[in-house]
Amino acid sequence: MPVISIGNLVKTFGAIRALDGLDLHVEQGEVHGFLGPNGSGKSTTIRILLGLLRRDSGDAQVLGADPWRDAVRLHRRLAYVPGDVSLWPNLTGGEAIDLLGQLRGGLDRRRRDELLDRFDLDPTRRCRTYSKGNRQKVAIVAAFSSPVELYVLDEPTSGLDPLMEAVFQDEVRRVKQAGATVLLSSHVLAEVEALCDRVSIIREGRTVESGTLAELRHLTRTAVTVETARPVTGLDALPGVHDVHEVDGRTHLEVEPAHLDELLGQLIRFGVRALTSTPPTLEQLFLRHYGDDSAAAATGVPAVAASGAAAAAAADAGAQADVPQGGAR
Amino acid sequence: MSALTGTTLLARLVLRRDRIRLAIWILGTPLLGYALAGSVAGIYPDQETRLGYATTSASSLVARAFNGPIHGTDLGAVVVAETYVTLALIVALLSTFAVTRHTRQNEETGRAELLGASVVGRYAPLTAALLVIVAANTLAAVLLAVALVGAGLPLAGSVAAAAAIGGVGVAFTAIAAVTAQLSVTSRGANALAAATVGLSFVLRAAGDVLGQQSADGTRVRSAWPSWISPLGWGNQVRAFDGERWWVLFLPVALLLAGVALAYALAERRDQGAGLIAPRRGPATGAPRLLSPTGLAWRMQRGTLLGWAVGVAVLGLSMGVAADEFNDMIDANPAAAEAINAMGGGADLINAYLAAMLGLFALTLGAYVVQALLRVRGDEADGVLEAALATAVSRTRWLGTQVLAATLGAVALLLLAGVTTGLGYGIVTGDPLGQAVELGGAALLRLPALLVVAGVVTAIFGLLPRFSVMLSWTALLVFLLLGQLGAVLELPQAALNVSPYTHVPAVPAVDPAALPLVVLAAVAAALLAVGVAAFRHRDVPS
Repeated sequence: MPVISIGNLVKTFGAIRALDGLDLHVEQGEVHGFLGPNGSGKSTTIRILLGLLRRDSGDAQVLGADPWRDAVRLHRRLAYVPGDVSLWPNLTGGEAIDLLGQLRGGLDRRRRDELLDRFDLDPTRRCRTYSKGNRQKVAIVAAFSSPVELYVLDEPTSGLDPLMEAVFQDEVRRVKQAGATVLLSSHVLAEVEALCDRVSIIREGRTVESGTLAELRHLTRTAVTVETARPVTGLDALPGVHDVHEVDGRTHLEVEPAHLDELLGQLIRFGVRALTSTPPTLEQLFLRHYGDDSAAAATGVPAVAASGAAAAAAADAGAQADVPQGGAR
Repeated sequence: MSALTGTTLLARLVLRRDRIRLAIWILGTPLLGYALAGSVAGIYPDQETRLGYATTSASSLVARAFNGPIHGTDLGAVVVAETYVTLALIVALLSTFAVTRHTRQNEETGRAELLGASVVGRYAPLTAALLVIVAANTLAAVLLAVALVGAGLPLAGSVAAAAAIGGVGVAFTAIAAVTAQLSVTSRGANALAAATVGLSFVLRAAGDVLGQQSADGTRVRSAWPSWISPLGWGNQVRAFDGERWWVLFLPVALLLAGVALAYALAERRDQGAGLIAPRRGPATGAPRLLSPTGLAWRMQRGTLLGWAVGVAVLGLSMGVAADEFNDMIDANPAAAEAINAMGGGADLINAYLAAMLGLFALTLGAYVVQALLRVRGDEADGVLEAALATAVSRTRWLGTQVLAATLGAVALLLLAGVTTGLGYGIVTGDPLGQAVELGGAALLRLPALLVVAGVVTAIFGLLPRFSVMLSWTALLVFLLLGQLGAVLELPQAALNVSPYTHVPAVPAVDPAALPLVVLAAVAAALLAVGVAAFRHRDVPS
């Protein structure tokens, strides 16, 4: 039985359709990456899973229960780290951790002290004096101090330094080893690649892709650069081959993984001197899904560019990625 | 770049953010003044009635404590006596909250950091806030003067009275500018400034009570404590009675001194820091903290303590004043007759004590609103989300907050009654008996406070985004109905809107169970609506 099972989920805020038929399935014991551009509905989905928001329609089940009706019972079995942690300003970090743990039904005191040490967090300071990263640590320590079945992490490492990021990854692996399930929403692709068994990518309130990273890669073209003795011809006629162009006697192209074999068969006839084949990077994979493909093809800029800083960065990268293709034609 | 670069731009930002608040303030004060002046003129139309009023007011210590010193029998003097304290308190609190909102609150939320990194001088944010708020006070005063003249009062007196009110606003603008430098939190800055308003009220009341009645019996010459209270200065202008214009320089001088001090403090501290450095605290949560109840107590205890101190001081002084009131009645049968008519024919002392307890109940409504609005603050901050993601139900969370506010209200009501009783009992020789009796009488006001709690809870459940504005507006309406309803001669149906209208005025009248039971039922219904609505809505919303 899946730990999280969402089908055709819809949530509107006034005229805005935040979730528009979203699907999400997270299996027992896996670390599931939950990805999408800013404003795509990740936090809304998570808040529905926590019973904070009420869904308009669709199915949502967490650990076999209804997240809205059985909120309290469910919350004993899960821990949550919000993306933007705000705490009681006049409590100390230590007090906030103990309070959140106790409200959840108790925490492992030994683990708590160990985590404070590993995350290098001073628990005697008032929460109002913490930086964003330190507030994030308070929420992370509080969550991982509780031995629960499901960890819901909404961009948990925003504001953490690389050292702390490593500690965080260790903790995720530890709870996974103990059999827990993790839903990890993140923009840190290296983190996703290092931790996640499967990922779901959402856009504009809908799931656009879901699977293991290998599966997702398989759906994306491989970039091939080849140097041959004689000029290559006939590539455009091959199925699954795109964006063929020549620079300095080298042929650059992209090929769908399923058609790699046919491509090699054709290339061999022209005397291959050198060949590099680059599987898509995670960035390319996500940019393909984050950006609006048709708009990107037409203008070189993904349509979501206006929706936020990360999307703007994506737009930059997307534009660069598009230049060799469009520019050489 | 000078220290004031960007002031104009920031002032426009303040205007943009507060355009509705400022409009209500600037137009509302003159309108209220106009309405009050008109109705006072209706009640005291001729020299004879005003002579009676002035004589009574000058000899009554209660009237001196709550209305300030009377200055002669001119219609304007009566209008000032009837309205000055209310208007001055409103203007003082509006100015205070506005200063904090545009200074310390920006630092607390980090907005000031964003601004400070742009081309903005060190003093610009404070200066911009002060410019707008002083301008608002000035404009409101000008319009109030126009309104008073429009209501048929003499020009010089109208200008003096309006300037006196504006001066109070300016004085507390200066005080808030300083408190905003001292406290790290906007809540703390507001509390400090509001405490100064309270202290000013007590000092002014003391100075006016201790003052001398003039030979003709229609004037009061205040004692020195009134002169160290910014609220007292307005009375010393003596509007409509040979205006002393130079007194108006006092608030201006305070403004200059306050601004200079605030600049000096701002120069010496870091952005976001206060003068009181935050201390370290315990590394682990004590077991008594680790529950919704423990957290609610922790969050409330500071507020509760502040209220307790204020209530106790006020209760004791009101109680002691009650006995002087007794002496005054003995010496002045004419005044006794007048007050007897106002008090509904009951025993005069009991009428006074009942009025005091009623005033406490109204004031403690503000405590209830403040305590319960914390839930909305937590929701807006995002803390509520973290709390509700744990194994705590919404009903339990909200119920705990309501219970905490109710228990706080019970404690403060009891304290108000007991201290008033003690004060009165000490001078009459029966402290214990009076403390018990008035403590019990004070507790009979609880159902009205429960209705206030119900109103806030229902608003929080149904219209969370408007919680703060609607809750305070509701309390203000109750306050105005109670304080000014009779002066404005409003119909009984309007007065009935306020829960306070229905509380039996014990000890002036015998307690009656029915209205209290009905109030409690209304409160329970409102609470149920609020909790049910909260359970069915999105968080945060």
